[in-house]
Amino acid sequence: MKYIDEFRDGALARKIGERIAAEVRPGRRYSFMEFCGGHTHAISRYGIAELLPAQVQMVHGPGCPVCVLPIGRIDLAISLALERGAIVCTYGDTMRVPASGQLSLLRAKARGGDIRMVYSATDALQVARQNPQREVVFFAIGFETTTPPTALALRTARDEQLANFSVLCCHVLTPSAITHILESPEVKQYGTVPLDGFVGPAHVSILIGWAPYAGFARDYRKPVVISGFEPLDVMQSILMLVRQVNDGRAEVENEFTRAVTAEGNRTAQALVAEVFELRENFEWRGLGEVPFSALRIRPEFAAFDAERRFGLAYRPVPDNKACECGAILRGVKRPADCKIFGTVCTPENPVGSCMVSSEGACAAHYTYGRFRDIPVTVQPATAEAP
Amino acid sequence: MTSPRKSYVRPLDIRHGRIDMSHGAGGRAAAQLIDELFIAAFDSDGLRQGNDGASFAIPAGHRMVMATDGHVVSPLFFAGGDVGSLSVHGTINDVAMCGATPLYLAASFIIEEGFALAELQRIVQSMAAASRAAGVPVVTGDTKVVEKGKGDGVFIATTGIGVVPHGVHVSGERARPGDVVLLSGTIGEHGVAVLSQRESLEFETTIASDSAALHTLVAAMLAASPDGVRVLRDPTRGGLATTLNEIAGQSGAGMLLEEAAIPVLPQVDAACELLGLDPLYVANEGKLVAICAPEAAPAVLAAMRAHPLGGQAAQIGVVTADAHHFVQMETRFGGRRVVDWLAGEQLPRIC
Repeated sequence: MKYIDEFRDGALARKIGERIAAEVRPGRRYSFMEFCGGHTHAISRYGIAELLPAQVQMVHGPGCPVCVLPIGRIDLAISLALERGAIVCTYGDTMRVPASGQLSLLRAKARGGDIRMVYSATDALQVARQNPQREVVFFAIGFETTTPPTALALRTARDEQLANFSVLCCHVLTPSAITHILESPEVKQYGTVPLDGFVGPAHVSILIGWAPYAGFARDYRKPVVISGFEPLDVMQSILMLVRQVNDGRAEVENEFTRAVTAEGNRTAQALVAEVFELRENFEWRGLGEVPFSALRIRPEFAAFDAERRFGLAYRPVPDNKACECGAILRGVKRPADCKIFGTVCTPENPVGSCMVSSEGACAAHYTYGRFRDIPVTVQPATAEAP
Repeated sequence: MTSPRKSYVRPLDIRHGRIDMSHGAGGRAAAQLIDELFIAAFDSDGLRQGNDGASFAIPAGHRMVMATDGHVVSPLFFAGGDVGSLSVHGTINDVAMCGATPLYLAASFIIEEGFALAELQRIVQSMAAASRAAGVPVVTGDTKVVEKGKGDGVFIATTGIGVVPHGVHVSGERARPGDVVLLSGTIGEHGVAVLSQRESLEFETTIASDSAALHTLVAAMLAASPDGVRVLRDPTRGGLATTLNEIAGQSGAGMLLEEAAIPVLPQVDAACELLGLDPLYVANEGKLVAICAPEAAPAVLAAMRAHPLGGQAAQIGVVTADAHHFVQMETRFGGRRVVDWLAGEQLPRIC
């Protein structure tokens, strides 16, 4: 595939891998967090860990929008469908996230809730136009990447006076989550999570630009390399991080120059600012309450805000006790450290949110990499590999 | 004296008519629908006999195979086929994947009240054409009508029977470490073709479904090596990945695939990239996977490549000894990963 295969070239990857192996300092460990689920997925799917020297460790971050969605938020969406009779539209992965009472949106659908998977906020608007007699709620999740489309849908709904459309807004912000991790006791005080730098967000950075990360590099002395989601992007970014660490630098560097600028997409930023404002507090699964880490719909658009329209009251719900998603999202534990990983908790029956989306650390490891946990070497018995 | 009037039955108004509840009630309307639409299209001896079932002689001393498959695809018409041709190909392929020569089909229609007769005729004629082209007649059938809103246009369940030639032993548990995994061609076309025409997701593509009857390809492979072909399966729902995991589980073995050897059309690759799908999990309706003894593989692969439905056949991997029954893959990128079962539902109602 033109313009894609170039970024998945195995020979080039091995060369970068050799470069990284040549440049890491003997005896030093390098621990980098890839913030985004997109990177987690690429690392697992393409087997990037195998191309890295043992000294370089990747720590999975919380940047999977489905994973950080707390149970209480999904409960709200389910109650809109089951108790208020609304049509709830949402993105595919959200459907399987476990909620209270052994429910998920998918199971609520089987119980008669009118819950529909959509590919974009625009599709949800279309559902509202086609069902003028029904309440239609778009359950909006995601980081900065999915926020502008939701903003556009809200503005369109206002312009069209689409009285039956509203949005249950759960959009969250990347920089505040990174700050939260850097301020967490495991990173700041105990050092149980060694962090030498960040593989910075790809698509999020197209929107917000790379400038917002300057503070992390400066104030926390952590190198950040903005990286594309293709496997070669990730390899190259890791090499750039190793070089920053070796040089004692802590800067924001941009590997993803083909898409990311310093200031980002100003038009989209203006649109988001017109429709949304900061929430003082928002609960993240795994991270708990994070101040100023999410967006709320502005009062000017109150008529289209499902929380106001239906008088919804948020009620936090604790995660399953056996589930380690919280620690995994903070980088404190790895998927295989969780007792229920791959036993009770599988992609078919996820207990925790990290097992749901292909961007979740547990699902990515289960789907692509779990053979590494098992001390068995798999070799063809007789014939040679093709 | 006047003779009794010859009764006149107004022919079905195929152009404007719609299915109503009487078409499923077993009365005259139902009989007329069967005569004018179904028998007219299928034109088989079995159906013309008008019995509750079809009777036929079976070759003595042979093992028989029977397979059934329900078809609920949405939309009903897609590039490269429709629910009618799909329901013929799907069941013929299920019979053929047991190593059998398909002989006869049965078809059961569940039609929603209000469904246009013109569309039904188009589907039935496409089904009849597919069955004639394959040489496997529909010999018995059934029609039911459900109230509007209780179905989605038409659902078609087909059942097929066939006979297994002497010396052929094809079964999912026969893969052995060292065996070779062959694939008959490019993967993912059917799923992407259907998906591209979904109302919520229309996109322009030149991709057509690969829907096809594979029994002649199977016959050619078995002719090349009757006992060297150990497992046959068509990777429909869940795609190639799921099919290989099924076989690995049944045979108690693992597999090691070579990503670069798996043929995928660039258009399918591009569509999957855009939609976040993995072609390994996308449905096919005209492809098969064969597990062959290593000594038989070259002859079987040559026979596949000589057949019009196997021109792009390739060896994509080997069967391994693996107590965990993992299907693993050497990625194009150079790493190794698990190719797992499909989790959840990637694309509902694809066949």
